[in-house]
Amino acid sequence: MLLLVEQILNGLQFGLLLFLLAAGLTLVFGIMDLVNLAHGSLYMMGAYFAATFAAWTGSFLLGALLALGATLVLGIVLEVTALRHLYGRDHLDHVLATFGLILFFNEAVRLIWGPAGLALPLPSWLSVPVEILPGVYYPAYRLAIIVVALAVALLLYLGVMRTRIGMLIRAGASNREMIGALGINIKLLYTLVFGLGAVLAGLAGLMQAPILTVQIGMGENILILAFVIIVIGGIGSIRGAFMAAIFVGMIDTLGRAFLPDLLRQVLNSAAASTAAPALSSMLIYLLMALVLVVRPEGLFPANRR
Amino acid sequence: MSKGLNARQAVAALTVAGLVLLPLYSHLTGNIFVLTLFTRIVILAMAAASLNLIMGYGGMMSFGHAAYLGIGGYAVGILAQEGVGSGFIQWPVALAASALYAVVIGALSLRTRGVYFIMITLAFAQMAYYVASGLARYGGDDGLTIYKRSDFSGLVDLSNRVQFYYLCLACLLGAVFLIWRIINSRFGLVVQGLRSNEQRMQAIGFPAKRYRLVCFVISGTLCGLAGALLANNTDFVSPAMMYWTRSGDLMVMVILGGMGTLFGPVAGAVAFLVLEEVLSQVTEYWALIMGPLLLLIVLFGRGGIMGTLGRLDRG
Repeated sequence: MLLLVEQILNGLQFGLLLFLLAAGLTLVFGIMDLVNLAHGSLYMMGAYFAATFAAWTGSFLLGALLALGATLVLGIVLEVTALRHLYGRDHLDHVLATFGLILFFNEAVRLIWGPAGLALPLPSWLSVPVEILPGVYYPAYRLAIIVVALAVALLLYLGVMRTRIGMLIRAGASNREMIGALGINIKLLYTLVFGLGAVLAGLAGLMQAPILTVQIGMGENILILAFVIIVIGGIGSIRGAFMAAIFVGMIDTLGRAFLPDLLRQVLNSAAASTAAPALSSMLIYLLMALVLVVRPEGLFPANRR
Repeated sequence: MSKGLNARQAVAALTVAGLVLLPLYSHLTGNIFVLTLFTRIVILAMAAASLNLIMGYGGMMSFGHAAYLGIGGYAVGILAQEGVGSGFIQWPVALAASALYAVVIGALSLRTRGVYFIMITLAFAQMAYYVASGLARYGGDDGLTIYKRSDFSGLVDLSNRVQFYYLCLACLLGAVFLIWRIINSRFGLVVQGLRSNEQRMQAIGFPAKRYRLVCFVISGTLCGLAGALLANNTDFVSPAMMYWTRSGDLMVMVILGGMGTLFGPVAGAVAFLVLEEVLSQVTEYWALIMGPLLLLIVLFGRGGIMGTLGRLDRG
């Protein structure tokens, strides 16, 4: 029971992190029609920046804030120098160009920070367990991730649905030429959206950093999970990304935690311990396959043009 | 047609001639490394050629093609580990396993189009990667060493460098020939027609999905053969064979050489891997140059090597 509560919270926390990543990806795709594989690199850079700045300033929060700023700047520079020229091109071109960017970022990180990973230590006030239910303790830091990510999700929702910028973003997603014709500076809007996506990715990266090590290629595996989420949720839909991210986070975490025991009920223990790791890493892909069979356009497709 | 060779055909002919004569060069100069390098290049060129069949001619942008390399490789590796050393068993199993995977993945992925297809093929390949990492019996993350190459009972000796090279080259040329026959057949024309205008083809009465799926499976099977060759070349299989950057590399080779041209992927594979080799000798941080170079190729090099040569021909 205790384990179950803990694992559900872990799943929620992982799902929310995935949402931060997937939201940026799906926003950029929905509005600029750009497939950005280098999104995972921004996630990685967020973590590296945070580890570096936290070491410099000696403060976790200050380091995190500086890292967010740095990721924003990096995202904007990236958009203005490279990605802007890819809008309107074939998706395949996007994939290749941003694949090149991943190579570049991984190598640049190796050059600057060296091949060994970094650690981002937690401040003492975040590394204590909190009693969430009578007798149930949960790490404060993971709880903080849940709170921050939920707050960001809410802000994102309000920002997109209730503000003027959000209205422009939605308008840009449904008809690019029209809002350009209405005199909106569409270039600026795109740069802004890309910067927002970069910050979200950086935030996810720096929040994940204290849990895992900060290392080269950390953005790539999680990027593919973000893709799975987008496919399940429906490309371009933030709501879909949110639902699918929570779903995937839960299934992945709970699967890894409980599948070995479940399998042991049916199989002998040797076979179960062989099959469980492979099967639990397959679970979300099987889920994706299932969604594709039932609804190829995703569970919550964005409004069709 | 009758006014001799144009630039594209000349480059294709020169590439093939160079590949055929390479062991001679290696023998004369005593440079064994170049033969090892080009064995790898020839194998990956075959994988790229198979990818080109669905990507260039079929319009299916698969970002998970490395999975077949892994499946073909693991089929050889696992059978070798279990004591089945005969290539007459290993290789058909490798082909059958790749074909089977392609049927399942194709049936699911081909329900979607465009970016979805790119992402889904990527995700499934990554799934294959994780499954291989979870195979504790066969080395898991660390991979599996193959102590004895596939045995073809005296027909060819895979441990002989030159024989193995020519076997790989024969497979590559055979694959290119097969692809040439396919794209000029009625089947191939239907697949290319589907790429240009699916609605129209369906209106004429062609079952789009079935044609695409068959094409997808042929491509995957060919790449599975490349995987079996690659496993024999390195005497080692590991999940890294199907890591997604490998799929990306294959895509780059196709684009660099010229998507939808017969010899483009071969030229692209040679150019890409030789460039990688040269850059890595200049600096340890070769990807720092390679990455932006890719970006520039995408931005300015429309149609790749073959596309550029084609423009040359037209003046």
